[in-house]
Amino acid sequence: MSGPTKVDDTTAAPAPARKRRSGTIPARWRWIALALLLAAAVYAPFQLVPFHVFQLTMVLVYAVALLGLNLLVGHAGQISLGHGAFFAIGAYTSAVLVDRLDVPYLLTLPLAAAVAFLVGFGLGVPAMRLRGLYLALVTLAIAIFLVPLLKRFEELTGGSMGLTLPKPVPPAWSGLAEDQWLYFLALGVAVLAFLVAASLLRSRVGRALHAVRDNEIAAEVMGVRLSSYKTLAFAWSAMFAGVAGCVYTWVIGFVSPDSFTVNLSITLLAGLVVGGLGSLSGPVLGGLFVMFVPSISQDINDAAPGVIFGLLIILVMYVAPQGLAGLAGRLIKKIPRKE
Amino acid sequence: MAGFLQQVVQGLGAGAIYASLALALVLIYQFTGIVNFAQGELAMFSTYVAWQCMAAGLPFWVALPLTLVVSFAGGMLIERVIIRPVEGAPELTIVIVTVGLFIFVNAAAGWIWTFLIKDFPNPFPGGALELGGVSLSFSTLGVLGVVALVMGLLYLLFQHTKIGLGMRAVAANPASARLVGIRVGWTLALGWGLAATVGAVSGVLVAPLLFLEPNMMAGVLIYAFAAATLGGFDSPLGAVVGGLVVGVAETLAGAYVGFIGSDLKVGVPLVIILGVLLLRPQGLFGRAAVERA
Repeated sequence: MSGPTKVDDTTAAPAPARKRRSGTIPARWRWIALALLLAAAVYAPFQLVPFHVFQLTMVLVYAVALLGLNLLVGHAGQISLGHGAFFAIGAYTSAVLVDRLDVPYLLTLPLAAAVAFLVGFGLGVPAMRLRGLYLALVTLAIAIFLVPLLKRFEELTGGSMGLTLPKPVPPAWSGLAEDQWLYFLALGVAVLAFLVAASLLRSRVGRALHAVRDNEIAAEVMGVRLSSYKTLAFAWSAMFAGVAGCVYTWVIGFVSPDSFTVNLSITLLAGLVVGGLGSLSGPVLGGLFVMFVPSISQDINDAAPGVIFGLLIILVMYVAPQGLAGLAGRLIKKIPRKE
Repeated sequence: MAGFLQQVVQGLGAGAIYASLALALVLIYQFTGIVNFAQGELAMFSTYVAWQCMAAGLPFWVALPLTLVVSFAGGMLIERVIIRPVEGAPELTIVIVTVGLFIFVNAAAGWIWTFLIKDFPNPFPGGALELGGVSLSFSTLGVLGVVALVMGLLYLLFQHTKIGLGMRAVAANPASARLVGIRVGWTLALGWGLAATVGAVSGVLVAPLLFLEPNMMAGVLIYAFAAATLGGFDSPLGAVVGGLVVGVAETLAGAYVGFIGSDLKVGVPLVIILGVLLLRPQGLFGRAAVERA
């Protein structure tokens, strides 16, 4: 990655927006670590029981959604409290296409991505004229409004009953079980999404977004068109959420308005903050978090996940504004190594 | 015509509740520039405190002041403990912290009092006043009266007391206020305490109409946001006017626009927020922010 960018560890105020990726791990090690991770990810479904494979699949789904949210929040510095809405749009696009038009399910992925992108762009044009706070308000209002809207267009969306769909059947040549096939579909989409996001961020676009996040005025002076980059960031991030929603539909085989309440949006933001704003590994850690913390802590009390999420978010903003990913990065830096 | 007036009255009743929560939002925004996403949840928590007091056998009119005192202390405590460390941090950080507070308070209430719906007694008598074919229920009148009272008290506090003067000074210019000897930190805490108290009033007003449960205020919050946006985030009067307008607009849209109906009414605040932000971002009564670029 980039050269030895010194990261200043003496942050006075917890400011996630100001920190940079810690580019201190040598590129070679990064690739090896990534390859090992991918190998483990490919190996895992053959060793786990179907329920655990399903859980890992959902981690990947959330990771893709968080990747999109991260583009917007972590990299462009804009707040969205309504990303569950784009997740829902992707999920419903896929479901409606399969259910009403008999479109092959794999084909629904690009279509869901396109629809989410367009909706995100359409909403982004007015929303991005707003400063951070108001954007949070508008996106929150969108997320709240979506549920009754989905219920209203009953003939298309199945109303509050939702739509039940057949799950994708694994092709005969693969020899995989259903849960394994779904897992590999999700893994494929996730890897693709990460590649797209990583190359996007390394390009001119990524630099422009970081400039907007760090100092809007300076960015504008340097020739970055604020409104168009913010709107595009919003649209891209909506697209990733829509892709995640589409895979969600494949995996769950059922969509209903009540799966996509405001809680989903808030949980996504919580997961991202805890996982790590502005880093590429943050969304994966956030996905693990969103999936496993509720399922483990729910045994204590129905409210336990919320208490844990809420406390952790506040705590993370105080002590580790880069989330778990940032903490991991800091630990790695502590390991002495030869230059 | 009477039917129309009836809808307007009903809208005013709902609007008064939105206004009270919007007032709480505005109080905090004025002093700290923070939009507190947890305001509704704090109000809900206060309502549970009132419920708990009554469950312990206290009459409503004893439980209410007790709740207000607890809310005031709670609001100050939250400012001191949770908000203080991120004072002056980027907006993103602050919004995320208040969202964290939102999740935490919501879940904490669910943990303590479970997610089961609870009945909350209506402090106002049940009947209605018939006026030219329009029935004004005592409950609606009571809600309007309480909001007017709160507004009046705040006006007195801000305009006619030394504390209020200090608070206005902090809102106008914290640095200068500090230089003339006002304890800015405590004034901010006072602002949060006041906001929590006003929020508690709105929670207690909502609970008899909606049933008490941890997610009670989630629906109200978005209307309060719309009200505060419409009135201007830095104007208490605007919050009240905005609340009433939003309430009436929502009720009329639900009643007379066939496509919207009662289920899509929640789109009204979204349209209002977007419309105001695009056409007049400072709101009806707010001051336009002037920035030195």
